[in-house]
Amino acid sequence: MKEKAVVQGFADNLDVRSRRGVLWHMFFQASTVVGIVTLIALMLNIMNGAFGYVAYEAKVDPDTLAVDGTPVKNQSKEQLVALLRSTLSSGAFNKLEKDKPFEARSQQEVYQLVIDRIIQPQIVEVWSLWSSLTQRDEIRATIAKDHPGAELDFVSWLNPNFVKRPQTSEPLTAGVRTAILGSLWTILFTILLAFPIGVGAAIYLEEYASDNWLNRVIQTNINNLAGVPSIIYGILGLAIFVRTLEPLTSGAIFGLVDPTTANGRTVLSGGLTLGLLVLPIIIINAQEAIRAVPRSLRNASLAVGATKWQTVWSHVLPTALPGILTGTILAISRAIGETAPLVVVGASTAISFDPSSPFSKFTTLPMQIYQWTSRPQDEFRSLAAAAILVLLVLLLSLNAFAILLRNRFSRRM
Amino acid sequence: MTELSLQNNVKKKTSGINLRRKPRWGEVIIQALLFFSGFFSIFVTIGIVYELGKEALLFFQMPEVSILESLTTTKWQPHTGNFAIWPLVTSTLLTTVLAMLIAIPLGMSVAVYLSEYANPRVRNILKPILEVLAGIPTIVYGYFALTFMTPLLRDILGKDVVQIYNTASAGLVMGILILPLISSITEDALSAVPRSLREAAYGIGATKLEVALQVVVPAALSGIAAAIIVGISRAIGETMIVAVAAGAGPNFTLNPFVGAETITGHIVRISGGDLSYDSVDYNSIFALGLLLFIVTLTLNIISQAIVRRFREVYE
Repeated sequence: MKEKAVVQGFADNLDVRSRRGVLWHMFFQASTVVGIVTLIALMLNIMNGAFGYVAYEAKVDPDTLAVDGTPVKNQSKEQLVALLRSTLSSGAFNKLEKDKPFEARSQQEVYQLVIDRIIQPQIVEVWSLWSSLTQRDEIRATIAKDHPGAELDFVSWLNPNFVKRPQTSEPLTAGVRTAILGSLWTILFTILLAFPIGVGAAIYLEEYASDNWLNRVIQTNINNLAGVPSIIYGILGLAIFVRTLEPLTSGAIFGLVDPTTANGRTVLSGGLTLGLLVLPIIIINAQEAIRAVPRSLRNASLAVGATKWQTVWSHVLPTALPGILTGTILAISRAIGETAPLVVVGASTAISFDPSSPFSKFTTLPMQIYQWTSRPQDEFRSLAAAAILVLLVLLLSLNAFAILLRNRFSRRM
Repeated sequence: MTELSLQNNVKKKTSGINLRRKPRWGEVIIQALLFFSGFFSIFVTIGIVYELGKEALLFFQMPEVSILESLTTTKWQPHTGNFAIWPLVTSTLLTTVLAMLIAIPLGMSVAVYLSEYANPRVRNILKPILEVLAGIPTIVYGYFALTFMTPLLRDILGKDVVQIYNTASAGLVMGILILPLISSITEDALSAVPRSLREAAYGIGATKLEVALQVVVPAALSGIAAAIIVGISRAIGETMIVAVAAGAGPNFTLNPFVGAETITGHIVRISGGDLSYDSVDYNSIFALGLLLFIVTLTLNIISQAIVRRFREVYE
């Protein structure tokens, strides 16, 4: 009798309980969907900025430059060079000739010069991809009414020229070559500092360190450093690399003072700062890779009389290498995306020449994005969106490479 | 006789071999180099503490700065000699709280869903997506906050309520940034709970939800607490989102819809210009950096201590 009542009570409750279960299940699922939706929104938002209509007014109407009915675009190289010679001051023309002789330039390049130097288009207004697609007629009507002389073009801000051109203050001709090269130079020094020391530290901690207080302190310290905000590393870099080690980072002790360098705010300082930042990440990842190497491998090597270092060098490291490289690549992609420490270290933003040595002033891709995003005009936001696409493609290919390595690694084990 | 000569023979042969351990100088040098690499991280910490401490001390020794005043007044204006820390602290707290309001519930639900509900196929798709979300540079999130979240908030709440630069959009986007961090640490903690616990609960008739929320989550509580604390520390130190979207200029307010500069945002803005050494501005970023370092370090140590002390150990 009593037993039946208990079962009865259990069954009474069952409906509510399972309904509650379904509701919460939906909530959990919805949270996951929110994450995915945000990622999609983020990507669409960037796409939205990177393409769209641009209305611009030319300083010189291209139609007036036509010769015998041939529009500028289709004129031969010689005609275009003659046009440049007659329009530009001889000083400006000679400078172009000195940068790269006109004989070596293609028709395309010379045409680009004509656009940049003579036609000089000025942006009137910029539209996002979404409004370009949905309100095409309205946009045409407004432009026809407000700016009758303006040209309306559908522009992909991300284009081959965008990657090839240096930075300029004109949105239509600005590019990210300077920033990409700056990023690569910086990363080179990041790797040179962080990879050997990081792997060395991981080998020490996993293979050599005994369990005493000093080694425990080192391990705890590394874990804590991994959690220090990146901007603190920027402040450290400013104090140590830019200020204290200025003779080294500005190249002065090598007698290589570049007249354009501003003190120690150079590629070298930036790269070393990022190196300190990713060092703990590389150490932790490398430690995991080394720990995954089976004990038996070491024992076999030691048993045939190899020394400790011979064992590490010819057995442990080769086996752990794919894992170490994967971890390093992930750390490097973190460094490529970092902005805050470089702002503090003093990467310049308005740089139009490529870095040429460790002691050059520099800008990087994220710095360039930051600078363009902080400007209020829409055209710079569009440039930022295009630069973000370049950055994401760069990071994506690095990560794909890391995944490839990881897959090869797991197949072999 | 023959036996004796044999013994002599053996003696002669072995005396040539030295069985003591040979000093191998190459190995010693390599070991020293490896130890130096391991010890290098200690130098980094010492460097951080020394530089931040030295310059912060100079800052507090400046005639126009007093610690008491900086804790009791509400204005940060280096050019008029006002150095109250509160405007920067309140906006940092504001963005952090907003970020955690998004990241804790969402991150935990995602973790529970992935570890308790999702089948392996779904999990294999979802986890890389979350990793992508975690791998996107923060400057991209800053762009997203400024060009997507802010217009969205302004459309919903009205343009006169929400300013172009505001802490709300920065905080919300920061929440999305921290979500994968919290969900991955929490998920690790949840999947470390042994199967037997779940099966025992199912055995006495618990539903899937009851198993998840009343058995698995409490068993993984230390890991979850650690995840939340790490998330908070990350939110406090997050820089580029607030630098882009939260506005310039310290502002003593708790209204999330107006612009206000956080500690990190202030450091970035001040050092973005040409900073001359030993100026008030230069020293002030070290003082702010020291505060940031102490807070985040304390949080990280607490989270490690929680994991160590309260970890449930199952046989």
